Amino acid sequence: MSGESSESRAVEPTTTVETGWRRFFENLKRSTYKQAAIFSESKIAMVGMGILVFYFLVALLAPYLVPYEPFERIIADDGSWYSLESPTAAHPLGTTDSGYDVLSQLIMGSRVAMFVGLLGAFMVAVIGTTVGMVAGYYGGWVDETVMRVVDILYGLPFIPFVIVLATILGGSIWNIIFGIAMLYWLTTARVVRSEVLTLKERPYIEAAKAAGASDFRVMFYHILPNVIPLSALYAAIAVGYSITAEASISFLGFGDPNVSSWGVMLQRAFVTQEFTTAWWWSIPPGISITLVVFGAYMAGRGYEEIANPQLREP
Amino acid sequence: MVNRRYVVRRFALMLVSLFMVLSVLFVLFRLVPGDPMSTVMDPRMPPEAREMVAEQYGLNEPLYVQYALYMTNVVQGDFGISFYYQRPVFDIIWGRLSNTLALMLTAFVMSYAVGTYLGAHLGWIRGTARERVEMTIVLLIRSAPVFWVGMVMLYVFSFQLGWFPLGGMRSVDAQYANAFEKFLSPDFLYHLVIPVITLSLFYTGLPLLLMRNNLLEVLTEDYIDTARAKGLAERRIMIRHAARNAILPVVTAFAIAVGFSVGGQVLIEQVFSWPGLGREMVQASLRNDYPLAQATFFLLSVIVISMNFMADLAYSYLDPRVQIGGEE
Repeated sequence: MSGESSESRAVEPTTTVETGWRRFFENLKRSTYKQAAIFSESKIAMVGMGILVFYFLVALLAPYLVPYEPFERIIADDGSWYSLESPTAAHPLGTTDSGYDVLSQLIMGSRVAMFVGLLGAFMVAVIGTTVGMVAGYYGGWVDETVMRVVDILYGLPFIPFVIVLATILGGSIWNIIFGIAMLYWLTTARVVRSEVLTLKERPYIEAAKAAGASDFRVMFYHILPNVIPLSALYAAIAVGYSITAEASISFLGFGDPNVSSWGVMLQRAFVTQEFTTAWWWSIPPGISITLVVFGAYMAGRGYEEIANPQLREP
Repeated sequence: MVNRRYVVRRFALMLVSLFMVLSVLFVLFRLVPGDPMSTVMDPRMPPEAREMVAEQYGLNEPLYVQYALYMTNVVQGDFGISFYYQRPVFDIIWGRLSNTLALMLTAFVMSYAVGTYLGAHLGWIRGTARERVEMTIVLLIRSAPVFWVGMVMLYVFSFQLGWFPLGGMRSVDAQYANAFEKFLSPDFLYHLVIPVITLSLFYTGLPLLLMRNNLLEVLTEDYIDTARAKGLAERRIMIRHAARNAILPVVTAFAIAVGFSVGGQVLIEQVFSWPGLGREMVQASLRNDYPLAQATFFLLSVIVISMNFMADLAYSYLDPRVQIGGEE
C-alpha cells in the first residue's frame, strides 16, 4: 500500500476565531466534505461502497429476511431430515448435512461479518491513529520506543496468536476482536506517524504553538482532522482483514460453533467433507467473504487513487 | 557495503523480539483456567510422575524462578513432553518445520517471481481497459479467503477431475531414506502441486500491488524519458530501467508479508492435511496439548522474526542509507 506517500489535502484552518469543539468540528467537517467529494469522483470507490452498503443492509434486516431460523432443522414429509438437498425453490441454496437452510445461515452470517468487520476497523483506526499521532508528534524517545514496540509486535503472527488465545480462553468471537486490537493497528500507526511528521512542520501548527496552544490541543484540533481521512482509508481495508480473520479462525475450529458465521459454515462443510459434493453449501459463504473484502478494498483503494494523483497520472 | 552498526542493532532487536514472544507465551499459558500445572503436565500422569515434572520445571517455585527456568529450558531446546504423542516436543516439531518450510518457500519463490513481473506489467499498461480487467481479477483473488480457495481447488481438481491427491504429503506406501530424497521424490512433488498453487495465489497479491505502485512512481522519473528518447525498445525500458528501480520496496514489504503469510500457511496446511507446523499447532490446541501448542507458536514466530531480519539485512545491502528508525 502506498499510503505512506499519499499527500492528504491539508485543511488550513480559517482565521475566524472559534474555540474548542466548534473548531474541531469545523476542521473535521471541512476535511470530510473535501474527502467525500474526492470519494464520489472515483467509480471503483463507489462500487466498493455499494457492495458494503448492500451487505450492511442485509445484516441490518437479517431477522426479517431469513426464511428459516439458521439452526432450524428442516424435516421432510416422511419425517426424515431434509439434509444435503440441492437448491430448490423452497431452499434456494439447498440445505446442510444437519438439514439447516443454507440461505438463512448465509443471511445471518452477514451480521457476524459486519459486526466483526466494523468493530475491528474501528479499533484499528482508533488505536493506530492515536499511537501514530503521539509517536509522530512528540518524536524523540517516545517515537523511538513506540516504533520499536511496533517492530516487535510485527513478529507475532496473527492467526497463531489468536489460536493461542482461543486455547486458553475458549472459542469466542472476542478472541478475534482482541487479536485484531492487539496486532492489526501496526500499519495504520506507521502510516499516520509519517503523515504527522510532515504535518507538524506546517506553518499553521507553528502559529498555533506560538499562540500558546498545548500539545494536546495542537494534536486534537489541528492535526487529527487532517489525518482522519488517512485512518479512514486504513479502517476501510481493516474491515476486510477483520472479516477474513474471523472466517479463518472459525474455519480452524476456534470460533463459536453456536453462532452462524460464514467461517463456521465453511468449517462445517469442510470437517464433514461434504464440500466435495455440496457446492451450494461451500460456495456462497466464500463468495460473500470475497465480495465484502473486495468491496472494502475497492472503497479504500479508489479513494486513495483520487486523493493521490500520482497513482493515476504517471 | 553493509552498515555494521545497523546489523548489530537489528540483531539485538531480533533477540528482544524473541524474548518478548517467549514472555508473552509464559504469561498467556499461566492464564489457563484452573491449575497452572495443567499446562506442563498431562492430567492422566500418575502422581509420582507429576511430582517429578513439577520438580523439573520448578512449578513449586515462585513465579520469577519459574520464568527463569522456562527461559533456560527454551534456550536449551527443551519444550517439555507432548501430552498427545508422549514424546519430547522438540523431536516432533523439528520434522514439521522442514515440511512447512518446503511448502512455504516454494510458494514464496513462485509468487515473488510471478508477482513482481505481473506488477510491473500492470503498472506498464496503466490506464488501459485491459489493466482494469486484470486488476479486478487480481483484487478478487486477493480478497478470497485462502482456505476457501483451497477448498474450491480440492473440489475441482481432486474430487471432480481426480487429477491430484486429496491431501497429505505422500502416498501410503512411500518410503524415503532421507529428507533430501523425500523432498525431491515425484510422489512428494505431486502432492505439493495444489497446495503450492493455492498458497502462491494468496502470496502473489502483495508483491504485485506494490510493484505496480512503485512502477507508477518510477515512471515519472526523467531517466525513463531519456531512455525513450534514446529509442530503446519499450520492453527493455520496462524491465531494465523501470522495474529494476521499482523493486526495492518490494524487498522491505517481504518482511511484513511474512507475518501475514504464516497465517495463510496454517490455513493451507489444515485444508490439505499437510503435516507441518501450522496444522500441528491447530491440532495441539484443539487437544489442549499445551507444551506442543506453545512450541509450535514459538517456532512460527521464529520464522516470522528471522525472515524479517533477513529481509531488513537484504534491504540495507541494497540501499546502504537505511538505518533503524532513521528513514526521516
